[in-house]
Order: sequence, then structure tokens, then C-alpha cells
Amino acid sequence: MAPENTTTPQTASNEDEILDHLDRIFAESKDKPGSLIPLLQLTQKMYGYLPEKALKKISKQLNIPISEVAGVVGFYSFFSTQPKGKHVVRVCQGTACYVRGGHEVLHAVKNELKIEVGETTPDRQFSLEVGRCFGACGLAPVVMIDNDVVQRLKPSKVAEVLKVYKK
Amino acid sequence: MARLHINNIPVDVPDGTTILKAARELGIRIPTLCHLENTEAKGACRICVVEVKGAKTMIAACATPVTEGMEVFTNSKAARDSRKFVLEMLLSEHDGDCKTCSRNDDCELKALAAEMGVTDLRFEGERTRKHIDETTPALIRDSGKCIKCRRCVTVCSEVQMVGSLFPQSRGFDTTIGPAFSQDLDSVACVQCGQCSAVCPVGAIIEKDHIQDVWRALDNPDKYVIVQTAPAIRAALGECFDYEPGTLVTGKMVTALRHLGFHKVFDTNFTADLTIMEEGTELLYRLKKKMVNKEDVALPQFTSCSPGWINFMEFYYPRFLNHISTCKSPQQMFGALAKSYYAQKTGKKPEDIVVVSVMPCTAKKFEAQRTEMSQNTIPDVDYVLTTRELGRMIHQAGIDFRELPDGVMDSPFGLSSGAADIFANTGGVMEAAVRTVYEIVTGKPFPLENLHIEPLMGLEGIKKASLKIEGTLPEWNFLEGVTLKVGVAHSLGKATKLLEAIKQGEEFHFIEVMTCPGGCIGGGGQPRVTTDEVRRKRINAIYQEDEGKQLRKSHENPDIKKIYEEFLGAPLSEKSHHLLHTHYHHKERLN
Repeated sequence: MAPENTTTPQTASNEDEILDHLDRIFAESKDKPGSLIPLLQLTQKMYGYLPEKALKKISKQLNIPISEVAGVVGFYSFFSTQPKGKHVVRVCQGTACYVRGGHEVLHAVKNELKIEVGETTPDRQFSLEVGRCFGACGLAPVVMIDNDVVQRLKPSKVAEVLKVYKK
Repeated sequence: MARLHINNIPVDVPDGTTILKAARELGIRIPTLCHLENTEAKGACRICVVEVKGAKTMIAACATPVTEGMEVFTNSKAARDSRKFVLEMLLSEHDGDCKTCSRNDDCELKALAAEMGVTDLRFEGERTRKHIDETTPALIRDSGKCIKCRRCVTVCSEVQMVGSLFPQSRGFDTTIGPAFSQDLDSVACVQCGQCSAVCPVGAIIEKDHIQDVWRALDNPDKYVIVQTAPAIRAALGECFDYEPGTLVTGKMVTALRHLGFHKVFDTNFTADLTIMEEGTELLYRLKKKMVNKEDVALPQFTSCSPGWINFMEFYYPRFLNHISTCKSPQQMFGALAKSYYAQKTGKKPEDIVVVSVMPCTAKKFEAQRTEMSQNTIPDVDYVLTTRELGRMIHQAGIDFRELPDGVMDSPFGLSSGAADIFANTGGVMEAAVRTVYEIVTGKPFPLENLHIEPLMGLEGIKKASLKIEGTLPEWNFLEGVTLKVGVAHSLGKATKLLEAIKQGEEFHFIEVMTCPGGCIGGGGQPRVTTDEVRRKRINAIYQEDEGKQLRKSHENPDIKKIYEEFLGAPLSEKSHHLLHTHYHHKERLN
């Protein structure tokens, strides 16, 4: 494994152990209809993301084509096939946030973290996502960092806010 | 029964009937795109929306069952405008150029635009991302042209149970394809081309061999011969506005001569040969099992459908030794053309170009398999689908409907009715049983009109049994044995039959055809193939069979001749070398 990944939440051997454990759970769900999404949720919880090898196992055990498993993963924005950072930054791009500068805020976050939406910083500290309304339109533009809501954020304040979460 | 009104006209239909079907009862054809016969309605494309009194929104006619007292308006302004709007939205994303698209003669999207009077494009915006996947020998996918109706997904996962295609991502970014943005050759796609047969636009098409064939025909150093599969003659006419099920065998032969082929031959000839080889193989397997008590793989499976072979290589490797070692009729033809025929005519195998016309896209894959060549010279060089042959005839300016009938050339021209019925589900089995029965008993096959009734028709899985009595001494171990045969068409149905065999259901011989209806419903046939079209093509094929004096493969005098002159006997060393092969487990993402 490449040195820059040493801060990964799960090491490679650890990931294999998880996979063995999960595979037994997948096998138990073989003929249960409606198992796919709960198993994907569980897998994501264990890994922090959905690695391809786990999706292949799910496909095999549930006898669902991998195209369909991947299709379901791609459909729900909650699922991610990219390893997630320690902190997830979600910049709302809903209508209210967008018109009150949400797009500029997103631009500032991208610049600060040097990643695009859907990506994770090489040190695995931050992942960047966009949201489609957190139900806090009165506080627009809104950014959520993990479970914290940052309200009326200005692009110029982005660096300062993120600094708090840097290790 | 439920009574409803459609456009104020009363109609009574059984409960559960969809609005779409009820409207058809009244002669109203509501447009559809995602809808696919014999599968559950998806309601994905919204092109079939109608107005229903009291409903808050427009209703998808394909997915909505009627209710008592329902009042439906298919032609109100709101309904017409909604459908047109849906179509305009689809057109705004569709990245295609009708002038140069291979579907411009039968594109359903284009036809709908004409039908609904779309004369200008109101919406100009971002187009669907274009990625062209040319990785397989059989199919080309163009994501830019895809309108995401998902018919291909339905046919791949529900009819074929292969599941190579699925919508990936969501909204505008949705693409239809394999997992992880892979191309088709990375996954366990069997290349049956049913996706290309149901696609309403040019998003999935066969890999075109027309230019290659023209180039060969234009090359004075090449001797270009053509073979036509049994299913072509019952479908090619549709490319020239004949009713489905119109037999055009004679005109097809003449058209092929006009195109410049040096000889016009018939895959039917090697279909007859297949029966000799495969029937004999079955008898030997039975003998090994029953007399020598050897551990022999039974039931034997047919091997003529290349999508099925792919399917077994990917999904059921444990059954590979059950597959007949016979190459398909297409490949037997190629092998003989470049050996027997080359010798007979004093030509070098490398100077002969073998072109096949097949109802099938997987045949393009089969032709380039390494097993299907001699000293790196492929047995078959190019494979045209029925649709491609139709296009070539158009390109050549041939007025197909005006052509006189022609007759196939010798020595691969004469065939029995048993070869004709290779074209439809149940046909290979019936052809084989006609011959096997007579080999074993020396008596004429006793069934009326030579048909095995339970094996005919469009039922997905068909079974029959026949008690063998009065055997010749050589075959007396079969005396009193009830021969059990099974037939499945579509890989979904084949899967069911395989599972039954795994559970212990006993058969001696199984016929599988990859496509629904058999080759007459193949992935390379003129679009769109419905059950009604399948039935008409099948009727035409039986008509061709019944119209012949010669109806059993082993009675074909040219088959006898090729054994005398060249092959020796079925399963001879020469046969093994040229006409038989083995298949191996392939692992791909699925």
C-alpha cells in the first residue's frame, strides 16, 4: 500500500477481516428479498465507503448482477464508492442556498481543500459533497461539516471554519 | 370486467387490463418507448401519458390498470401537449444525427417526432455524454444516443437473466451499462444482441461488417461465397415492407448474386450435417452410458446458439461437458468451405472469403473465436445480420420485390425441411429426433406430418417423450427406452431448465436457443420482433419445411455425398478435426 494512505481508517489486512465477517452476513441474507440496501448500509458503516470487492461479494451472495448492485449504489447519494475522509463537508446547493451564494461557498471549499465534489483529500481528513437542501433555508447559505451546521457562511470565512476540523 | 370510457367511447375489458391495452381495443395506439411485451410495465419514459378524469397528474397508460367508470382522454389538448413535451425533452438530450444514423430507417424516436408533429427543437441544452463502446465483436453502444428507456435493461435482466446492463448513477447523469463504467467486453455479456433488437434508437447496434464485405467483393483476388441461415428467409422480406412471415428464399438468392457473391450457399446444408453429427453423438453418449456403463454427461445440450455457449462458459461451467461438441452450422460451413470446397475447386483457403448472413449478433462473436479457425485462417470471415443484408441490398439499388427467384448453388445448396426448422424453437430437436429415430429403428418416423407437437410454439420450456420400439440390432440397448427431451428458448427459460436438471429432472437431450422464439427472433433480425411476428415467421418456416419432399437430414443426397467423398462417417477423425470443438470456463465480472 502506498505511503500516503497510511492514515487510512482501515488497513488492508483489517479490510480483509471485515470482508470475511461481512461475507458471512451476506450469505445469511441469500434468499431474503429486500436485503440489498441494508447490506450496503452495513458495509458502508464498516468501511466508511463501499469498496468494489465488497460489492462483488454482495452481488455473488445475493445473486444480483453486479451491474444492478452498482446501479443501486450510484442511485443513492448516501452511498459512496470513494473512501470517505474523517470529516464530511456538505455544501448545500439547494435553491435558497444557491441564490444566496452557495455556489461561491462551494468554490471556496474546493479551493481550500484542493479537491472536487465526491473526492477525499489525500490525507483522508476531508470529503466534499453537495447537499440538496438541509431544511435550513432561513440560514442560507448552509454548510454541514459532519453533524454541525455552519450558517450564513461567506466564501472568505471558509478557511477559518475548516481550520477547526483540521487535526 | 370493467367498463370505462376512452375519449367518451365505452369499452369493456377484463379487470387488470392496462389503459394502453384497453385503448388498443378501440383502435387507439398510444405511443410507447419503455414498454416491452411480456414484461412488467416500467412507466419509465412517460411517452404514453394520458389524461384521466379526476387524476391530479397525467397517467402512464402502460403501467395503469383500468378501473370501473374510469374516463380516459388520450387525445385531449393536455394529453397531446404532455406527450409532445416528454418527447421534446428526450430529443433535447439525444445526441444523434438522423442523417447518418444506422437506425434512420426504423428509429422509433424519429418516427414519434414525425407522428407528433415536432417540427423544431424548442429546447437546446446539455446533451447526453457520448461514450462509444466498441469493445465486443458483436455490439456497439453509443451512450449519446441512449434515451434511457431501459428496454435493453429489461430484456437483459428479465428475459435473458444475464443482467449486464443497468442504469448507473441518476438523473441527467444516468448511463445504461455495466457496473463501474466498464465496457461490455469486461463483463459476462453473452452478446445475444437482444438489447440491439429492442433498442428504439441507435444506442445499441450490431458491429457493422457491410464495408468489409464490400471490400472483399471488390477485391478481384478473392473468391467470396455466402451462406444464409435458416431464419433469414422468413424475415428478410420485412426490410422490403413485406408482411412478417413472408418467405423470400428465392429473391434472397437472386439478390445475393446481384451483390456479387461468387456462390450462394445455404447454412441449411450444414444444419443437416449438424443433425448427422449431433444425433450420432447423442447415440454414442447413450451407448457409453447404457452399454459401457461409463460416466457420460447427459443430457446432451445443443450447441448451435453462440449466445448460449457464452452463457454456459460464464455461468454454468459445470455443465460444459454436456454441450455437444458439434460446431454450429455456421462454423461447420466455414470449415468445410475452406477445406472440402477449396480442394474440390482447387482454391487456396486464404483466397476464399466466407460471409454469413445470420439472424444473430453473437455469430459475429463466434466467427472470431480462436477455436473456429484452421492455421489462423478463420472459418468464417464476416457475419452480416439480416438487417445488414437488407441495408446492403438497399445500398446496391436492388429492387428486391421485383427480383425473380433464384436457386442455391451446389454442393452446399440442397437441404431438407429438417434444416429449415433450425430457425425456430423446438426445430433442432424435432430435426434430430426425426433422424435419430430412423437411425435406431430403420423405420419411418411415425408422427403425423413429422412434427413433435409438444415442442412447437412459443411456450418457454417444452418437453416431450418418445418411446423407442423395434430397434435395429446395433441399437437394441435402446429398446423400450423412453427418450426424454426438453426445449428452452431465451436464457431466462434455459436457466430454469438447468435448475430443474440440477434438481434431478431427467432428460436425454436438451435444445436451447438464446433468443425468444429461436433464431427467427434473433438479435440481428428486423425490428421490432413481437410474439405476433415470431408466430408469423415460425409459420413460414414450417411452411418451408412442409413444402419440401426432402424432410429428414439423413436423406439429403448431398449430405450422403460429402460423407462418401470427404468426411467418411459422422464423428470420423476428419469430422472431429473440422466440425467439433470444446468450450472452456470464462470468468468475467457479473
